[in-house]
Amino acid sequence: MTTLDVRDLTVEFRQGRSRPPLRAVDAVSLQIGAGETLGLVGESGSGKSTLGRAILGLTPAASGSVHYEGKDITRAGLRERRALSATMQAVFQDPYSSLNPTRTIGQTLAEPLLVHRRLERAETVEQVRTMLDRVGMPGDTAERYPSQFSGGQRQRIAIARALMLSPHLVICDEPVSALDLSIQAQVMNLLADLQRELGLSYLFIAHDLAVVRHLSHRIVVLYRGQVMETGPAARVYSRPGHPYTEALLAAAPVPDPEQQRARRTARTATTLAPPNTGGCPFAHRCPHTVDRCRTERPALRPTGDSGSAVACHRFAELHPSPAETSNGKVPLV
Amino acid sequence: MNGLARRVMRRPAAVASTTWLGLVLVTAVGAPLFAPHGPLDQDLNHVLSDPSSGHLLGTDELGRDILSRLLYGGQSTLLGVVEALLVYLVLGVTFGLAAGYLGGWVDWVVTRTAELMFALPGIIIVLVVLSVFPSNLSAAMITFGVLGSPGLVRLLRAQTLSVREELYVAAARVSGLSRPQILRRHVLPRMISMVIVQAALFAAIVVTIQAGLGFLGFGVQPPNPSWGGLVADASNVIDTDPWMLVPAGVPLVLTVIALGLLGDAIRDAAIENWSLSKMAAPAAGVTARPAAAPDTDTDAGVPASDGAALLSVRGLSVEIGGTPVVQNVSFDLMPGQTLGVVGESGCGKSVTALGILGLVPGGGRISGGQCLFEGKDLATLSPAELAAVRGSGIAFVSQEPMVALDPTFTVSAQLAEAVRRHRRIPRRAARARVLELLDLVNIPDPAAVARRYPHQLSGGMAQRVAIALALAGDPRLLIADEPTTALDVTVQAEILALLRTLQDETGMSVLIVTHDWGVVADLCQRAVVMYAGQVVEHADVNAMFGQPYHPYTQGLLAANPHLAVEGEPLPTIPGTVPAPSDWPSGCRFSQRCPYATEECSAGPVALTRLQADRLSRCLHTDQLVLEGGRR
Repeated sequence: MTTLDVRDLTVEFRQGRSRPPLRAVDAVSLQIGAGETLGLVGESGSGKSTLGRAILGLTPAASGSVHYEGKDITRAGLRERRALSATMQAVFQDPYSSLNPTRTIGQTLAEPLLVHRRLERAETVEQVRTMLDRVGMPGDTAERYPSQFSGGQRQRIAIARALMLSPHLVICDEPVSALDLSIQAQVMNLLADLQRELGLSYLFIAHDLAVVRHLSHRIVVLYRGQVMETGPAARVYSRPGHPYTEALLAAAPVPDPEQQRARRTARTATTLAPPNTGGCPFAHRCPHTVDRCRTERPALRPTGDSGSAVACHRFAELHPSPAETSNGKVPLV
Repeated sequence: MNGLARRVMRRPAAVASTTWLGLVLVTAVGAPLFAPHGPLDQDLNHVLSDPSSGHLLGTDELGRDILSRLLYGGQSTLLGVVEALLVYLVLGVTFGLAAGYLGGWVDWVVTRTAELMFALPGIIIVLVVLSVFPSNLSAAMITFGVLGSPGLVRLLRAQTLSVREELYVAAARVSGLSRPQILRRHVLPRMISMVIVQAALFAAIVVTIQAGLGFLGFGVQPPNPSWGGLVADASNVIDTDPWMLVPAGVPLVLTVIALGLLGDAIRDAAIENWSLSKMAAPAAGVTARPAAAPDTDTDAGVPASDGAALLSVRGLSVEIGGTPVVQNVSFDLMPGQTLGVVGESGCGKSVTALGILGLVPGGGRISGGQCLFEGKDLATLSPAELAAVRGSGIAFVSQEPMVALDPTFTVSAQLAEAVRRHRRIPRRAARARVLELLDLVNIPDPAAVARRYPHQLSGGMAQRVAIALALAGDPRLLIADEPTTALDVTVQAEILALLRTLQDETGMSVLIVTHDWGVVADLCQRAVVMYAGQVVEHADVNAMFGQPYHPYTQGLLAANPHLAVEGEPLPTIPGTVPAPSDWPSGCRFSQRCPYATEECSAGPVALTRLQADRLSRCLHTDQLVLEGGRR
């Protein structure tokens, strides 16, 4: 069964009386199956975090629907949300602001239990200790305050809090982007281990395609609130179908001086023209833009690859047959 | 709560004020027990007497014992404070939190009502209430509490608005906590210190207002005693018996002071548990510059300064708050070259970069070594000489471009100021140079961007402007501290390309601090890897990526998700970077290192030269190379 089914979700923010509302998420659809990780990639302002918050009910949706385990939760009330919180949890980007500095780690971790399970004090303490142990934190963690921990440790604690109630779905909003490289790898491995053991589904939101590729089964690429491309993680990473995905991949410097030199010379400079409205949101930065791109918004169409879809007028033209691009190299713009 | 009380009582000021307030409370409540005389008993034989064994604080004009009147009078004072304070807190906290957290129409109604109440003349309202309910002090005090509460409402509302946006409140909502639970557990604790301070201040005001009312003859009516009434009595006889003002006034003053001190102490104690105390900075040592010779005896492998180098750092050590955070860092930067300083947070790479500029953060200081820039040792320059080098010789770009830009000035004004600081040219010429600089950093339509304020720029645009600002003085060296970390990956690519073009055009050298191997691969010819305040590897970038010579470099390269193998866990380095106070005496990486042996923790490991220009601080480089280097 589909754990999460988002259909044509739109989120708007008011910008004062004289200006039209800002459409942060624009008719986005996505599905997450049980035990699956869906990677949501995009740059700042792409609406990826807003989408996560809308699913969690922290930001109201303007239109569209969110179904969770078969139930419509788009406009779930406070009581319904509280019931949902037993199985839908979140880990946020900033490990510094996501833990209340005035409460000990034990108090923070016990909170979900207080809401959903009425347990004896000793039992609560036991469960907190088990979970801290599970995420690799020492035994005395529960009595200490967040300020005594590093960013990576805090993120482990935040993951522990999300898992206290054995959720089915965890929305991970950039959980590793604030962490150092070696700590980032530790936390990514922890998330992967927990998924394998507990059968969790993740919506994994990040801006780094390499990070997302490693953890996700499928990837959705967002740009200015719209889905540009979706498909299996390995395919999106090795054979991107949308010029924006190509641009993202080409822009990320690879940790290899020679390869990076080759990529650099192949890369063309992007222009800084103002974005257009009405047509494809990426048209002003795209090297393949034709007139049609500026006037008509491309629909997200299946490409023939299993489970892949791309929103580009020129997809068929630019990717004539799979054979020509299947050599595993990243095609450069 | 016991813990809080214990922490409060560790402060002498708190002990003194609690003692005083306790004394006032006990003696006032137990006045019938403690007072030597009745409050109204007259002893006409001893009128206006000085202190004596019969009357410890003397008597007033009717021969009444002042001590007794003081004790009985305290009752009404305390009752008034409690009444006013209760009303103040209940109204202030309830409406402040509600307005801030719920927002919408609740906020509108509460804020407008509070504003309206601010406009009311408080003391006049209290006097009106007293004329409706003659000598009813409770009515007056409750009114005063109501009139005072808008101040607290406004403060708490503003504070709640900011706390509401904290991620942990979002996390609590996701955990399923109800609104009252979130307010009680997550919002109120952050306000508690502010509430306590406000309550103490308000209590002090109530004490003085009450005394004022008593002095004016409102509230408690003579002959019943009140503190204000005592002051009024004393002022009547000030010319014949000035002593009486002392027992009448001193308790009043002491109570007000005690309330203020106690409020401060409780606030400090309430937050000391979870707030990290700032590292104590030595006030005197901040500007002191040592003339010590570079201490390079442990790092025999470091070659002597290269005369051709633009920047030659030798044995640079930095201390913050007396703790060493950077030790013995040495490297050379050739003209036109780019050097990367790589490592995780807490390894001292930013402190090293700032140390070269003489801008050690957190009250730290350079404790040893030299930074030769064009032959001049920056570490020995006077602040004025150093200021001359900054900007024109060496420029700096930080991670957060908005920090470099002043939000109150336009781009043009800031750039022109920087240009004119380095070259004495007329305003008009400076403005032309500003447009040139903006064009140099590839800003489309420089004239339009020059007129904008920093908040009107996107992140990438702001970083370009910050780079233009750095270039204003035609620097020979640009120090960039994580210049692209806060930017989107496509913008990062543009900024990196820009730095490269600028280097080609101006021939400047770049020292770039980064944690991103991709940036190092893209931009640098050489790289210095730092771990726990030391250089652990120093090599040509191609050679380092091909075969790292230090296990930390190897682990950090392998942990990069770019190189991840599908379906396999990422290679990690176990543990975390130790804090400066926990640095081991031996190899600082040994606890996390797969190659570590007993030898490694025996003593400091020297930075040794393994090839012509490759340095590594490891005893087991041979084994590392043998076992396949980069996995």
